[in-house]
Amino acid sequence: MQKSKVTCILCPRGCTIKKKAQGDTFEFAGFGCKRGLEWAKEEFINPKRILTTTVHVKNGEIDFVPVRTNLPIPKEKIFEAISILKGIEVLAPVEIGSVIVKNILDTGADVIATRRVGKKDSSYD
Amino acid sequence: MEKYKVVVIGGGPAGLAAALESFKSLDDKKVLIIERDKFLGGILNQCIHPGFGLHYFKEELTGPEYAHRFVEQVVENRIEYLTETHVIDITPEKEIVAVNKKGLKRIKADSIVLAMGCRERTRGAIITPGTRPAGIFTAGQAQRFINIEGYRIGKKAVIVGSGDIGLIMARRLTLEGIEVKAVVEIMPYSTGLRRNIVQCLDDFGIPLLLSHKLVKIHGKYRVEGVTIAKVDSQLQEIPSTERFIECDTVLFSVGLIPENELSKKAGVVLDMRTGGPVVDNTFSTSQKGIFACGNVLHVHDLVDNVTLEAQTAGRYAAIYSQHPELFENNIHINIMAKEGIRYVVPQKLNKNFVQPFVLRFRVDNFYKDAIVTISNAGKILIEIKKSILTPGEMESIEISQKILSQLDFSNDIVIRLQNI
Ligand SMILES: Cc1cc2nc3c(=O)[nH]c(=O)nc-3n(C[C@H](O)[C@H](O)[C@H](O)COP(=O)(O)OP(=O)(O)OC[C@H]3O[C@@H](n4cnc5c(N)ncnc54)[C@H](O)[C@@H]3O)c2cc1C
Ligand code: SF4
Repeated sequence: MQKSKVTCILCPRGCTIKKKAQGDTFEFAGFGCKRGLEWAKEEFINPKRILTTTVHVKNGEIDFVPVRTNLPIPKEKIFEAISILKGIEVLAPVEIGSVIVKNILDTGADVIATRRVGKKDSSYD
Repeated sequence: MEKYKVVVIGGGPAGLAAALESFKSLDDKKVLIIERDKFLGGILNQCIHPGFGLHYFKEELTGPEYAHRFVEQVVENRIEYLTETHVIDITPEKEIVAVNKKGLKRIKADSIVLAMGCRERTRGAIITPGTRPAGIFTAGQAQRFINIEGYRIGKKAVIVGSGDIGLIMARRLTLEGIEVKAVVEIMPYSTGLRRNIVQCLDDFGIPLLLSHKLVKIHGKYRVEGVTIAKVDSQLQEIPSTERFIECDTVLFSVGLIPENELSKKAGVVLDMRTGGPVVDNTFSTSQKGIFACGNVLHVHDLVDNVTLEAQTAGRYAAIYSQHPELFENNIHINIMAKEGIRYVVPQKLNKNFVQPFVLRFRVDNFYKDAIVTISNAGKILIEIKKSILTPGEMESIEISQKILSQLDFSNDIVIRLQNI
């Protein structure tokens, strides 16, 4: 669903920025600065978020490894990405930064591990 | 009994940064970190969302990634640490008693850094009537269960409290397929960052019910629902606005309190407003040789500030182990929080260390276009205009060498809001 207003998150003022159709183009109102306007345009057209969640680890010192996308991905793909990650199991050891899923859902973003998980019954070093 | 120059209690971001800094300052490198959990990193291990390190590293990291950078340095420098070891006592003589699987351990330290973090307030803290069924968690507890243990904690949830932890958990539950029915906030505003309101609630259409209160929890074995009601400006329940929400899980995110059982045992003087120790600009507590930093001192919103503060504490803890005389009595002037300021840290200035430092404070209400002033001996030394001040956001002001050179050391330093 296309939104008609967004709250800017770039600074504590938190301007409410509105979008109105003006023939074929759009008009924006309510922004307090240019940086906010640019942010809002992007947020209206193609809102993106970093996705963070956890993935199963087999034979690890903990059973789940936290992961994130290395780039923001389109907001509407978040749940689809989650369901892919729910079905995955990686084998310990996992290094921080190692790629868990490459180019998830063709977004250009890789899903990477955000924590090191050693094998079961081994210490950190 | 084993002896160390500096012993750090708690292996979270505060403890890690303090230990690294002490280690750098000491010739004989006798530094030890004691952590009760299985891993170093503290609460950050369970904070898997992004939003850490923007100030300190100028990039956006998740909690585990932020922690990793410091754990790595600790390991590389071979700083000694004990995990799965719980400190149970500290004496004013700086003897530490800890327990782990091997039994009881006594350690003597020249100086100690307290870095035990904070704990969450529970349903009891806000006096919630109703039964005591399963399905009630604090937000941090739920975070640990989901992000580290991988449990599925329920199907339909209501979150009480709209600070950042509550908001972040609303998103996390949603991603885990748990329906968040509402976030209930008694105040007319959320104390959470706007960014979190937008990205954790608005993104998923989760209602934020401001000026609403949890009235009762229902259910015999498992939570079956909650009753909420609107409140007036005095936070009193408005009759006949009650509403039942069906759910099987309730998360409480109603504030944090510094973890100060050990500080009390060591005889450290606490500040009623921060809930943590009273410290000076070296982060020394009232007990000589015992320092404090991080959430055990006062609750921070940003880990970046924790790191900076802890580095200072660690540096001075190392100095203490070599020159304790510089920390003797009657060397302080007070730093007082007056009108509009809820608290300020540090609360004292040590005259032996007149070096630039940062004052961190919180205001006691919402203010627009207010002026923060810092004065001494009736003279205003710093005046800063602020377009918005909120109790939820920690503020800071740097006290420069220039300001310090103008101080009259027979008078207090006073911080207040003007024109309110
Ligand atoms: C849900 C949540 C979300 C957050 N989000 C953000 C964010 O987006 N950005 C940001 O910058 N900050 C965020 N923070 C804040 C940040 O995580 C904290 O400010 C920071 O972790 C505090 O560090 P600390 O070292 O003081 O405490 P902790 O990380 O709590 O570490 C204290 C350590 O001491 C140990 N300990 C306690 N008692 C003992 C004892 N007796 N013996 C041995 N060990 C002991 C504990 O096990 C723990 O490991 C968030 C916090 C939470 C809870
Ligand atoms: S539009 Fe500009 S002024 Fe308004 S909140 Fe965004 S960054 Fe701040």
